[in-house]
Amino acid sequence: MSQKIQFLQGNAVCVEAALYAGLDFFAGYPITPSTEIAELLSLKLPQKGGKFIQMEDEIASMCAIIGASLTGLKSMTATSGPGFSLKQEAIGYAIMAEIPCVIVNVQRGGPSTGLPTSPSQGDVMQARWGTHGDHAIITLTASNHQDVFAMTVEAFNLAETYRTPVILLFDEVVGHMREKVVIPEFGDIPLVERLWTSVREGTDFHPYLPREDGRLPMSDFGGIHRYNVTGLIHDMWGFPSNSPQVAHGLMRHLVDKIDNRVHEICRYKEFFLDDAECVLISYGSAARSALHVVENRRARGELIGLLELQTIWPFPAELVRARCASARFVLVVELNMGQVLQEVKKAVEDPGKVFLANKIDGTFITPTDIRNILRLIQGKGV
Amino acid sequence: MSVRDYIRERFMPHIWCPGCGHGIVMNNLIRAVDHLQLRKRDIVMVSGIGCSARISGYLDFHTLHTLHGRALAFATGVKMARPELKILVPMGDGDATAIGGNHFIHAARRNIDLTAVIMNNRTYGMTGGQYSPLSGPGNTATTAPFGNIDQAFDIVDLARSAGASFVARTTTYHVTSMIKILEKAIMHKGFSVVEILSQCPTYFGRKNRLGNAVDMMTLYKNNTTPIGSAAKRENPDLLERGIFVQEERPEYCAEYEKIIKQAMGAQ
Repeated sequence: MSQKIQFLQGNAVCVEAALYAGLDFFAGYPITPSTEIAELLSLKLPQKGGKFIQMEDEIASMCAIIGASLTGLKSMTATSGPGFSLKQEAIGYAIMAEIPCVIVNVQRGGPSTGLPTSPSQGDVMQARWGTHGDHAIITLTASNHQDVFAMTVEAFNLAETYRTPVILLFDEVVGHMREKVVIPEFGDIPLVERLWTSVREGTDFHPYLPREDGRLPMSDFGGIHRYNVTGLIHDMWGFPSNSPQVAHGLMRHLVDKIDNRVHEICRYKEFFLDDAECVLISYGSAARSALHVVENRRARGELIGLLELQTIWPFPAELVRARCASARFVLVVELNMGQVLQEVKKAVEDPGKVFLANKIDGTFITPTDIRNILRLIQGKGV
Repeated sequence: MSVRDYIRERFMPHIWCPGCGHGIVMNNLIRAVDHLQLRKRDIVMVSGIGCSARISGYLDFHTLHTLHGRALAFATGVKMARPELKILVPMGDGDATAIGGNHFIHAARRNIDLTAVIMNNRTYGMTGGQYSPLSGPGNTATTAPFGNIDQAFDIVDLARSAGASFVARTTTYHVTSMIKILEKAIMHKGFSVVEILSQCPTYFGRKNRLGNAVDMMTLYKNNTTPIGSAAKRENPDLLERGIFVQEERPEYCAEYEKIIKQAMGAQ
């Protein structure tokens, strides 16, 4: 078997993976540092009979992919911080109406227009709580191009499995860096296709009646079943309801279908954790520097390891608690003011042993930066 | 089929106030679809938020009740994905021209084959009668207790200049011509806009002392005139109704099909 090896930008890898996963429809709006995704898909989607549209704004592109996904097409949009803010209203709609779709956020420095061409991981909490109201969300990250490919395919698979929007939280370093990637053969990574209803034409179809396993089979909008879709609290027909029982049942369903399945959704990598007294926790591009430090220090016999989170939401609290149980201290490495740090502190037995190594000035965190923090924690001075 | 065959009776009663014009619009939309002998399964109705948007839930089509102002953006995604479907987009005046103004002008500019039916009652009814971009100066609203100072849009002018290839205006008083206009709008290949003056006696009517629903419809009768009529020449204050624009222009989804052919051939 000949492997297809390429040397690509992270954004281009995301495009290859989305097409691998079966992407049919993309709507977007130009924004740095994600624009290459739109540019490449405007070329590649029509080549396979798919559709690309550049909408009038970020809001519209999020709405358009929801409309297209309802008809049965695998759909995606891509943006960065300011655009991600604008999309939140419609992300909430996709959560409420349970419409599978993928949103790529190639993070840049913020808030507001911020640092458009600089790296940051400041949107972790916005991915979690950006849209209003109680809800659950799936968010994935990647630190290298092979994982960008794997997580992008995973995002489409999880979106279909749980009938939910999935956020790919990349960052400027991963998006714009070029490195080697092996494009898998078709079939190497399993793809999850939409779960279609077996209800026949002419029979009453309930778009919001979950099966025993919690999954909701779909019927392509515009096809053989006619039903209503709304962002209001709705009953099993998809019709608006003010009933407290209906509201309670739907809210529990929307949250439980994701938050009760952390073990199924959780993707992570671990390096040298078995006997680690010092546990680094990181994700995205920052995990590259963290891994560099861990590998160097291991070579010198230090008991140090790395837990790289690929699923950030739902937060894998049990995993973090277990891996940090015998650690003397835990260092969270991220390009923000401690957004994952707070989750780690909540997860571990002793929050006092959790420290932060970060950068918030638009520059990348280097192994030296992490080493300096480690020396402080270990009482060795700078 | 009868009008009843198009209605989801399970979801009645509807939310509209007595005298509301939106029921007349819903009735005529059904009649237009019925006259055209379109199949229910070929029709998608996409709506935003507001009193007008509730039409979608009541009708036995594929119905998508979305976000305030965003109906045309969702509809664009559905139409791009399934160009063979007929897409009807009922909207209110605030929904279409305030919060959804950007989507409205760009859908018109693309000339994508959607039928936008704008029920203009000159107010935000669902939230209790605030002023909209169509209220007009001098009128009062629950957010304009001293009188409104906002100038109004002219939906026909707005749609025409944004590039809509079918633009019409009618009222809930003129039901027979409304049905004919809706039929033409639905069959038009391109972005079509039908503005329908639709009374809100509960808020706009009451706040501006325009009387009950019948009084307000009588105003539609007396204050409007067919395009280019002699009455308009004598009284320029009359509002014209009829079809203002009906042109064949390249339709967006058809143009995109050409892109696909070109892209697939170039490989």
